[in-house]
Amino acid sequence: MSRLLPPDVSTFGADIDHVFWLIFWIVGVWFIVAEGALLYAMLRYRRKPNTPAQFLHGNSARQMAWVLIPAVVVLFLDLGIDHAGARAWELVKLDLPPATTLIQVGGKQFNWIFTYPGPDGKFGTADDVTVENELHVPVGQVVRFELSSTDVIHSFFVPELRLKQDAVPGRIIRGWFQVTAPGTYEIACSELCGFGHYTMHGSLIVQNAKDYEAWVSETWPKKTASNASASLTKLR
Amino acid sequence: MDTAIAHAHQPPASFLRRYVFSIDHKVIAKQYLTLSLAMALIGGFTAYLIRWQLAWPETDIPGWGPIGPDNYDALITMHGTVMIFFVAMPFLLGGFGNFLIPLMIGADDMAFPRLNMTSFWMLFTASSLIVASMFVPGGPAAAGWTSYAPLSDNPIYTGVTWGQNLWILAVALEFASFLMGGINFLVTALNLRAPGMTLWRMPLMVWMELTAAVVFLLSVGPLVAGALMLLMDRTLGTGFFRPDRGGDPLLWEHLFWFFGHPEVYVVALPGFGIMLEVLPVFSRKPVFGYRMMVWSTLAAGLLSFLVWAHHMFVSGMDPRLATPFSVTTILISVPFAVLVFAMIATVWGGSIQFTSAMWFALGGLATFMIGGVTGIFLGSATTDIFLHGTYFVVAHFHYTLFPVTFFGGFAGVYYWYPKMFGRMMNEVLGKIHFLFTFIFFNAIFIPLFITGLRGNPRRLYEMSNYDFLKPMQSLHVIATIATIGLLLGQLPFVANFVLSMFFGKKAQDNPWHANTLEWATSSPPPFGNFAEPPTVYRDPYEYSVPGASQDWIAQTAPEPFITTVAAD
Amino acid sequence: MSNSTLAAHTATFDTGSAASLPSGKAGVWWFLASEIMVFGGLIGTYILFRVAHGGWAEQASHVSWRLGATNTLVLVTSSLTMILALNASRTGRHQRAAHFLLLTVLLGLTFLGIKSIEYTREIREGFVPSSGMFWSFYYIMTGLHGLHITGGIIFNAILYFGATRGTLWSGGHGNRIEFAGLYWHFVDVVWIFLFPLLYLS
Repeated sequence: MSRLLPPDVSTFGADIDHVFWLIFWIVGVWFIVAEGALLYAMLRYRRKPNTPAQFLHGNSARQMAWVLIPAVVVLFLDLGIDHAGARAWELVKLDLPPATTLIQVGGKQFNWIFTYPGPDGKFGTADDVTVENELHVPVGQVVRFELSSTDVIHSFFVPELRLKQDAVPGRIIRGWFQVTAPGTYEIACSELCGFGHYTMHGSLIVQNAKDYEAWVSETWPKKTASNASASLTKLR
Repeated sequence: MDTAIAHAHQPPASFLRRYVFSIDHKVIAKQYLTLSLAMALIGGFTAYLIRWQLAWPETDIPGWGPIGPDNYDALITMHGTVMIFFVAMPFLLGGFGNFLIPLMIGADDMAFPRLNMTSFWMLFTASSLIVASMFVPGGPAAAGWTSYAPLSDNPIYTGVTWGQNLWILAVALEFASFLMGGINFLVTALNLRAPGMTLWRMPLMVWMELTAAVVFLLSVGPLVAGALMLLMDRTLGTGFFRPDRGGDPLLWEHLFWFFGHPEVYVVALPGFGIMLEVLPVFSRKPVFGYRMMVWSTLAAGLLSFLVWAHHMFVSGMDPRLATPFSVTTILISVPFAVLVFAMIATVWGGSIQFTSAMWFALGGLATFMIGGVTGIFLGSATTDIFLHGTYFVVAHFHYTLFPVTFFGGFAGVYYWYPKMFGRMMNEVLGKIHFLFTFIFFNAIFIPLFITGLRGNPRRLYEMSNYDFLKPMQSLHVIATIATIGLLLGQLPFVANFVLSMFFGKKAQDNPWHANTLEWATSSPPPFGNFAEPPTVYRDPYEYSVPGASQDWIAQTAPEPFITTVAAD
Repeated sequence: MSNSTLAAHTATFDTGSAASLPSGKAGVWWFLASEIMVFGGLIGTYILFRVAHGGWAEQASHVSWRLGATNTLVLVTSSLTMILALNASRTGRHQRAAHFLLLTVLLGLTFLGIKSIEYTREIREGFVPSSGMFWSFYYIMTGLHGLHITGGIIFNAILYFGATRGTLWSGGHGNRIEFAGLYWHFVDVVWIFLFPLLYLS
């Protein structure tokens, strides 16, 4: 059953999956009971000779209760789902925890453009590096992104992080994630963006501290590599 | 005499006035039915092409040839657009609504017969435009049936020029057509009911059609405005939805979905209405909780206006809006839960006759339940983060729209065909049709739920660029084979429909022993519907009333028979 | 038309339902309800956009509030003449009704005329729909409104000719003036919203 969803390697993935499974079990039970009742009725109440139907009009309070009480139960379960969902939503989409890594993500037919601020931690400076389709982040660190698009609406989707956010031209949308395990994870576009929509494929490369520092030194090979990585870890 | 029923005692003499430019609601209904079934061929064929490409990418599709990514995007756009606007709505509202409303309330026609005729020909024009758009330079619209801007707004992003403009015009005309139809439905049902036909004695089908009409009427306006804005952006250089000109792509999303969500209930409610007519007749029991169902329907209609942004949870709109819209969305599941439970309660304790119509009604209810529960995952913003834009959504909406449109619609055809055409359909072919439809429909979309749960994005020309999708290719193959099975499985229906017209057993007035007024006249009804205007004495679902001499009592049966609603 | 079908359509039934409007009138009201949503959508969008984006005052300063105010007067007067036409038709004064219908048509044409003058001047000064967000909204809102005015003028003109020829009265279609009036008042009310939003802010 746990193989229904992809593996989850993000800190808020568990919160999202928790709501998913809550819904799954609640609606699962209801579904089985309701379909079961329907199937039972179809078998049990097949037309038989000399057996008239029961005149159950459902207009009295007592009879309506058979429907209304389950409906009220559904209502309360729904509200419970909403409550659980609201808390997780706040965590994922409303909060923006302080970050140690900052990136800009741009959607552009049909590539993901990643801009790193470089050792100075600021965008729009000489040490910014822009890479297509490859996003390097350190494992276990909060990463904040600013997402936009230069043309049409795209959607930045990393299934194993349970991360999705539409990239809208004319807007900068902020979000965050924190990955729990190193590895390479695929980035897809989940909003139709033109004929090359199916080719928009990126890689999220999550590295442990050593490998990440090595990549940093490689990408910004200047002065003392240790100075560069030290100031990188102080990014806000 | 402003409610001009511009017909005389006799039907018109000329062929054109009788069958082409007819103002008789029964003829117009059949025109809508025919048009919708013809457009369904296009909708079904696009599905075949789409699914073949997904199962066996970049092979030549038998009966067609190769398709490229541009064709693919056009195909999915046409599939959605045609199915919703040019199949589901004409089938359920134009077809059944037009045929049944006057008959069920005891009227001799709609309040505005000439407006009715106009509305059909307007839809015909709109359908022609959408078909024509498939042949213009640049191809048809390719931005999805949702037509998000700027993809749909600026031709450079797709290369589509005329196609998108024609799409806008076709959809606008379709809106105008159903606006006219909706006004007709509402005024007819409110004003032309036969003596004794109180609102609370109207069959649920009529209530459903009316609610759909009101919901459509009140929700379509902002999208008409939006469509005009999109057209101006494309032709006059405005920038309503273009950030480079000061506009906002999310504006289009709001305007579209403000209509788009109520629209799916406009389609769903009449489908439910058909089930609610068929289930009691073939259970020989009243519908369970008639008034409760009416109030739930009205509540659902009202709530449908308050949920639209659940399509936009990750759109970039203010995230604080997500929780209120999650709440309203989840609340709308309550009236639908009432309807579903009440439908189950309707067959519970019955004496069920498994006619083809009944199979389709039951099958529609059973499959709709899957659509309903999967909606909860999407209605909660948190889980929607993961599921939005994946095949989970595709499977969800097919599990709601297909049951109401096709299971419901077919139930309606098998049930009312005798009344419409004066012949009985073949029950064996009907049951074969049901079996194929039910099995193959589920076989298409259960695999797609599975791929969606693994994160399979929508609207991809092929999956080969993503490693995480490759293991699921076999599921796509299964879905495609099932699609072919589903399409071929419609052949018994086509054969049945056509052959029964000429060789079917002649139908009596009331072959199903049903109570509602359409069965109190001949099959098919005469010109003017009723030889004498009927008088209504009772509720529509008095089946198996204790103490009665037979298990049905027509609405027109006067006292003394058994009185209604015994205390339980 | 048989008596029984007549009875089915014009009798009021003790069906226990709320008082129902005559069909034609009910139809017009439902139509207007949908139209309110169209213009409501446009107006609502305009307001939200303007509040969110601001800076439109400069663009908006180029519309002529004087011409707009004149047009407002023209339309309000035309609604008055429409009411007078309806009154006259109800009291059997057919000639008078026809005259007021004609006046309404002429006033409607005046409105369009003034609007054309505005458009011509604005376009000459280089203010076209693509000149900016304010102008985009200005043209779509007044343009759609103008199309509705045109439709109303045409319908009123048809009624006028029917009134002068007598076909309006003999065919029992006199209450079409009421329907046309409802529509015309609606179009007037839309303008009452558009005028301050576009001309006075």
